[in-house]
Amino acid sequence: MSVPIKLKVNGKAVAVDVDPRALLVNVLRDQLRLTGTHVGCDTAQCGACTVHLNGRAVKSCSMLAAQVQGGEVTTIEGLSAADGTLHPMQAAFRECHGLQCGFCTTGMVMSCVALLADNPKANEQQIREGLDGNICRCTGYHNIVKAVQLCQTGKIPVSA
Amino acid sequence: MTDLSNSPIGQPLRRREDVRFLTGAGQYTDDVVLPHQTYAHFVRSPYAHARIKSIDSKQALAAPGVLAVFTGADLAESKVGGLPCGWLIHSKDGTPMKEPPHPVLAQGKVRHVGDPVALIVAETSFQARDAGELLEVDYEELPPVIDIRTADSAGSSVHDDVPNNVCFDWGHGDKAAVEAAFKSAAKISMLEFANNRLIPNAMEPRAANAMWTAHDDSYTLYVANQNPHVERLLMAAFVLGLPESRLRVIAPDVGGGFGSKIFLYAEETALVWASKRVRRPIKWTAERGEAFLNDAHGRDHATKVELAMDAQGNFLALRVKTIANMGAYLSTFASSVPTILYATLLAGQYRTPAIYAEVKAVFTNTAPVDAYRGAGRPEATYVVERIVETAARDLNMDPAELRRKNFIKEFPYATPVGLTYDIGNYSAHLDKAIEIADVAGYGARKAASKAKGLLRGIGYSCYIEACGIAPSNIAGALGARAGLFEAGEVRVHPTGTVTVFTGSHSHGQGHETTFAQVVAARLGIPVESVDIVHGDTGRIPFGMGTYGSRSLSVGGTAIVKAVDKVIAKGKKIAAHLLEAADTDIEFANGEFKVAGTDRKIPFGQIALTAYVPHNYPLDKLEPGLNENAFYDPTNFTYPSGSYICEVEVDPETGHTRVDRFTAVDDFGNIVNPMIVEGQVHGGLAQGLGQAMLECAVYDPDSGQLLTGSFQDYAMPRADDLPSFVVGHTNTPCTHNPLGVKGCGEAGAIGSPPAFINALTDAIGVRDIAMPATAERVWRALNKTA
Repeated sequence: MSVPIKLKVNGKAVAVDVDPRALLVNVLRDQLRLTGTHVGCDTAQCGACTVHLNGRAVKSCSMLAAQVQGGEVTTIEGLSAADGTLHPMQAAFRECHGLQCGFCTTGMVMSCVALLADNPKANEQQIREGLDGNICRCTGYHNIVKAVQLCQTGKIPVSA
Repeated sequence: MTDLSNSPIGQPLRRREDVRFLTGAGQYTDDVVLPHQTYAHFVRSPYAHARIKSIDSKQALAAPGVLAVFTGADLAESKVGGLPCGWLIHSKDGTPMKEPPHPVLAQGKVRHVGDPVALIVAETSFQARDAGELLEVDYEELPPVIDIRTADSAGSSVHDDVPNNVCFDWGHGDKAAVEAAFKSAAKISMLEFANNRLIPNAMEPRAANAMWTAHDDSYTLYVANQNPHVERLLMAAFVLGLPESRLRVIAPDVGGGFGSKIFLYAEETALVWASKRVRRPIKWTAERGEAFLNDAHGRDHATKVELAMDAQGNFLALRVKTIANMGAYLSTFASSVPTILYATLLAGQYRTPAIYAEVKAVFTNTAPVDAYRGAGRPEATYVVERIVETAARDLNMDPAELRRKNFIKEFPYATPVGLTYDIGNYSAHLDKAIEIADVAGYGARKAASKAKGLLRGIGYSCYIEACGIAPSNIAGALGARAGLFEAGEVRVHPTGTVTVFTGSHSHGQGHETTFAQVVAARLGIPVESVDIVHGDTGRIPFGMGTYGSRSLSVGGTAIVKAVDKVIAKGKKIAAHLLEAADTDIEFANGEFKVAGTDRKIPFGQIALTAYVPHNYPLDKLEPGLNENAFYDPTNFTYPSGSYICEVEVDPETGHTRVDRFTAVDDFGNIVNPMIVEGQVHGGLAQGLGQAMLECAVYDPDSGQLLTGSFQDYAMPRADDLPSFVVGHTNTPCTHNPLGVKGCGEAGAIGSPPAFINALTDAIGVRDIAMPATAERVWRALNKTA
């Protein structure tokens, strides 16, 4: 048995038949081969699977794909410009060394983009609280916070 | 020697691996889908300890999409061996440690919750998991052994052939000298504590994808692993009985390891074996719950430490007694962690003349315990730095002064526990940390906290670690069953660009950037002209992988040696082209030059000549420019540092906030300071996680893991941690050409005692157990157990 769904992913219309048990992240990774969205846990705690659904950050491991009928999804693959120019948050992560192994990074970036969309002037404490739903084991969050703060300034240098 | 003006060494170059990770183009093991892919599910023991009476797989085999069900009996029938342990420890009485079999799939008994019992292979992951529900296993429950303090008298045996559950009872150091010193001591300080059990939790769960190829009867394994050549050697030679040439191990992008991806695990071994039986590739990706149950855990010691001093506070002797948990089976390097990587570090930064440590390692019905970030050295540092701080309080001395008084000041220094520190300057980083942390202003901050009704405390930690593992001959004498060198290949292409193949492996450390900086500096070519390849036994000559902060000091040195061979050959080519003697050619800034003249040839032209040898000394020199090197260091490296932690405690709730954390490290020379600081930040987070939040808890009666998810096991989150202040001092390592020591583990090693020292200072108690949760702090303040 499968459920036909239609949605828009990274600006493109998509129609797929999904297993009724399939989570949004299963469909993104396994059927659409958008493997930038990662699965780091099974309890909706780590945030590695964060994508944007209709402009809001959601954990794609904690909703059924069938629930997303008609929705607009943006994954990490759809965040940078068509010509490959990094989104300012992606560039800020690189500039501030806000990533190491890269596994939590894609979800972390999607959460950070949503965090600043909600609260552009967040102070350090608010940034830290806003990232509570994303676990990083590598960076100690120090440089992730710095990246968000750099992004807030709108002045991200272009480094080699 | 290469002129390093304009050198990329020491520059905070932004990482070349970042763009792929930031755009979702990273390729982790679970991202790999092979043609005709199938999926695996492991049926695991729900009990901590039980006998398997029978397994009925009929229904599971008949389930939709199921291709095969394998159990321990199938593996035994095809003579698959057990998983080996790579380090042999001998007990005090000279007997070798107990090495009971570690079957790939359980045979006869299950020994911890999560122990794999059967492998189900199906067309889809859902089908494999569904079929797992249909496998009928009849168990006879046995009493589990959980508490390490009573494991040797538990009346139940994890392994039938190790009745008292003792793996080894090991001693290290001069016991008689220590006993004598304690008799004459004016003052003895003592503590007893546990070093809490941790779960590594790299954010990428372990994963594997194994494929058998019929045309040459060979296997390819994609696996989330830190040392693919070691994985290949252990799996092929010791378990499956294959020539290494028939097994290619690829560790693509790996999402963190922290030790947990060093080891040879059952799952990937079973997959490789089964891939030939089903004649299709099989993929398995751990769910986080499986990772909690089955990844090797870390730490888990119970220790008593005593420090003997004279009346002036000079350290006379240190006596340590530790029980270490091995878990249910000996994992790959488990036995080395509480011994060679622990007791040898108990001198710390101090001139303690006599040290003796006893370590009893026990089997329990819990997941195997092995190396986790720091591996033995955090446990040793916790012992030393907690007792030193406690001694200062016992003596009513300033803890920094007591440390200074006992610091080793002359190098090289041979410790009484078997290591020779080549170089260091401990006062330098302590002084710098005190300055940066504004210890002078601490009194005012404490008063300000008090005015708010809050308690403030300050704590120090001066750690040392032995990194750059290791000299193979020393490791071999200490029980290692493997060499610990590293290999590198430098392949210069005809156009002068370079591909470097390294046996070390990056799973977040940024080798693709750092190693390119090293090679570019040495060859005087742009960093962009150098590519780094790691993580594939099919492309890289050999390697021992990444752990123990060894990648740059050992792996980087192997690359440097290969680069130097390239330069030496390049000089001969240049001498021919410039019609000069080989010995007259100098190499600097990417140019071969006849000494004392302006006759020179750039590196790129030499490369082209090597591959288009029209005008070339073919009678004396082979064409091509491609060099290999193996490097085995002559000593460990010894990074050290001084950390200062300041905490503020709310006595109403017990909530403890790290107000400031200052880390000053001596890593020797630094190639990329941005990456090094990132490593320190991450290590500090893991160390503070251990001290404040994290603990793996097994139910003492049932042996169920009570902290089996991110909902129960408290990983540090962004709002649990402060911003860190990081500084450096530098005494370059004396025995590798880069003068580097290693930085990957320092933060996790130095920070737990700094935090607990600060917290016990703040709340006025002698000791508090890690993790010092708000509840524990509140109970300590309110004197309720």
